[in-house]
Amino acid sequence: MTDTTLTSWPARIRSLRQTLTRHPLFLPVLTLLVLLLVNRAFNAHFFHVENKDGHLFGSLIDILNRASPLALVALGMTPVIATRGVDVSVGAVVAICAATAAVLIGGNMQIVNGVETYVSNVPLAVAIIAALAVGLLCGLWNGALVSVVGMQPIIATLILMVAGRGIAQLLTSGQIITIYYQPYFFLGAGFLFGLPFALYIVAAVGLLLWFLTKRTALGLFITAIGINPTASHFAGIKARAITLCVYGFSGLMAGAAGLVISANVKSADGNNAGLLMELDAILAVTLGGTSLAGGRFSLVGSLIGALIIQTLTYTTYSIGVPPEANLVVKAIVVFVVCVVQSEPVRRLIIRDPSWQGAMR
Amino acid sequence: MSTFAKSWLRTDRLTDVRTLPLLITLGLFLLMFAYGSVAYRGFFSLQVFFNLFIDNAFLLIVAIGMTFVVISGGIDLSVGGLVAVTTMISATLVQSHHWPIWVVTPLVLAIGAAFGAFQGVLIQYFRLQPFIVTLGGLFLTRGLCFLINIESITISDPAYTAVSEFRLHLPGADLSANVLIATATFVAALWLAHYSEFGRVVYAIGGSERSALLMGLPVARTKVLVYTLSGFCAALGGVTFTFYMLSGYGLHAQGMELDAIAATVIGGTLLTGGVGYVTGTLFGVLILGVIQTLITFDGTLSSWWTRIVIGALLCAFCVMQRLLERHTAARRTAHSNVRKVAAPPTTPVAAEAAIPLQQGSAR
Repeated sequence: MTDTTLTSWPARIRSLRQTLTRHPLFLPVLTLLVLLLVNRAFNAHFFHVENKDGHLFGSLIDILNRASPLALVALGMTPVIATRGVDVSVGAVVAICAATAAVLIGGNMQIVNGVETYVSNVPLAVAIIAALAVGLLCGLWNGALVSVVGMQPIIATLILMVAGRGIAQLLTSGQIITIYYQPYFFLGAGFLFGLPFALYIVAAVGLLLWFLTKRTALGLFITAIGINPTASHFAGIKARAITLCVYGFSGLMAGAAGLVISANVKSADGNNAGLLMELDAILAVTLGGTSLAGGRFSLVGSLIGALIIQTLTYTTYSIGVPPEANLVVKAIVVFVVCVVQSEPVRRLIIRDPSWQGAMR
Repeated sequence: MSTFAKSWLRTDRLTDVRTLPLLITLGLFLLMFAYGSVAYRGFFSLQVFFNLFIDNAFLLIVAIGMTFVVISGGIDLSVGGLVAVTTMISATLVQSHHWPIWVVTPLVLAIGAAFGAFQGVLIQYFRLQPFIVTLGGLFLTRGLCFLINIESITISDPAYTAVSEFRLHLPGADLSANVLIATATFVAALWLAHYSEFGRVVYAIGGSERSALLMGLPVARTKVLVYTLSGFCAALGGVTFTFYMLSGYGLHAQGMELDAIAATVIGGTLLTGGVGYVTGTLFGVLILGVIQTLITFDGTLSSWWTRIVIGALLCAFCVMQRLLERHTAARRTAHSNVRKVAAPPTTPVAAEAAIPLQQGSAR
């Protein structure tokens, strides 16, 4: 294939197809497209986006909006999984941070100039920063257990997963705390330039992370730790510090997701906020093509993975499958994706000689 | 038997890294029970002690299955869901279809074992991570519960109520049928872990899967069997849970997989595999039970303190495991005169790293 100008069209298309199918994002994007088309088949208005008072409305916007907490958590989880770790405490951290924000904001009714208004207990910025700081602290705790003490990531984060719901309950004294402070709701339900505000948070975090991992050496370091911790240590990478930061970031993102969720439902529930979210986040990251064995990660993939999960939820609701079946559908997706990605099946499916040559 | 007793009385065994966590657990349990006896009136009685077994029989059974999985170097997150789906299937078959108890029980046990085997096959033959596969299993089982029925189903079948209300009267205290089932499981597990070929292979796999393969041990078969056993134990736990609650509900046993893992770890089983005792798991379960009992007796503390204390204990024991591991590693390197290098930050489940090397000789 030295002279491309002489190559016939079918050959060109074949080579284009090969580059496409070998692209790491091929499978996630395909899955998402298929899901969207399934939805379109059931609902003719699915792709319809409407402009009401400068706000965009429609199924697609709805999916984007609802997927944003999961997208945040998945973005935080991606570097963790890339270092061959896992953070199963994110669901509990979501609950803790939501509880912190709710307790700090609360909302008291006061009469200001003869008008009944709700004011928060502490300034909004303080509450948000405090909640994020708590998330960061939780993440750093996990990171310290993994990198300093040297525990297995699953176990280290399992501790906070077990204790976290108890801590959230402790903060809220076992109650569901309702938030009455209006400006706080903007985080979860607000619109900016026609799009949900939460999307901007996801975009900002995504861009920042993309910049840090692609434009600095951080991405390389994270991948190196995932491929071989010992070798990267000898290569002079500060593996401990990076691992600590990666878990801290995951906790911070769980905190941000907790803020968005609590602003969305206008309350904090220690028991149910972020329930099973760790599993959804791991699933989103896996669906996005990030290897659970570490050493390879895709931020865009994780975002697409979060969208796939939210679309899947939307689909099960809209085609009339009982919401209870949602878990079963997810489970089947987990099994199918894992089996398809597994080594033996890959070897069976891909009989492309050039690919096998690359493997050798 | 006497040699067995003698080997336990040897003092060097007491300071062995492998038995030390077990002894600490035992000491902690005695300490907590003693504290309760001093602090609260009516705590120190045989019935309170037996209640630990009555209220935690299902957890013990589930945790025993988990112990085998953890010793083999894996993890099983699906057990809580499996317990719930077992209560659900039992309750539906008994209440809606009036199936007799002796048909339902073997059926759900077979379902549990089959589900475990399915997960084991995925883990072993498709080279998937146990964590992810059993996570999918948790989703699937919980989802199935709610597909069967979203409501709680109360069981009023006379045979079930009879088993549930059965009490074995002992001088000073009563025992329920669940305790008898758990005791039988415990004895069987003791034999399986320490006196059978299967148990030896499980320990060998946990120690080093590659070495086990090179020794010609049936690694693939045993790993599938370990998950089958865990599925079976979860289903048996589900059956005893049905007797305990006399109902089936999709939210039953929420978070039980974590309790089971916590009990296993507190009982001194190493999460890296290869080291652990079924007896330790028993004391792990008893410690979790005693925490709950202490909080109940106190009356002013809320139940969420249970989770915090369990988390703190889990943390303490994991840190201790790491310290002991480092201690032995340091001693080993000192003996072999190898230059000591700084420990790498973390290497999760060493077996996974070795997988690509094994593929050729896996079967």
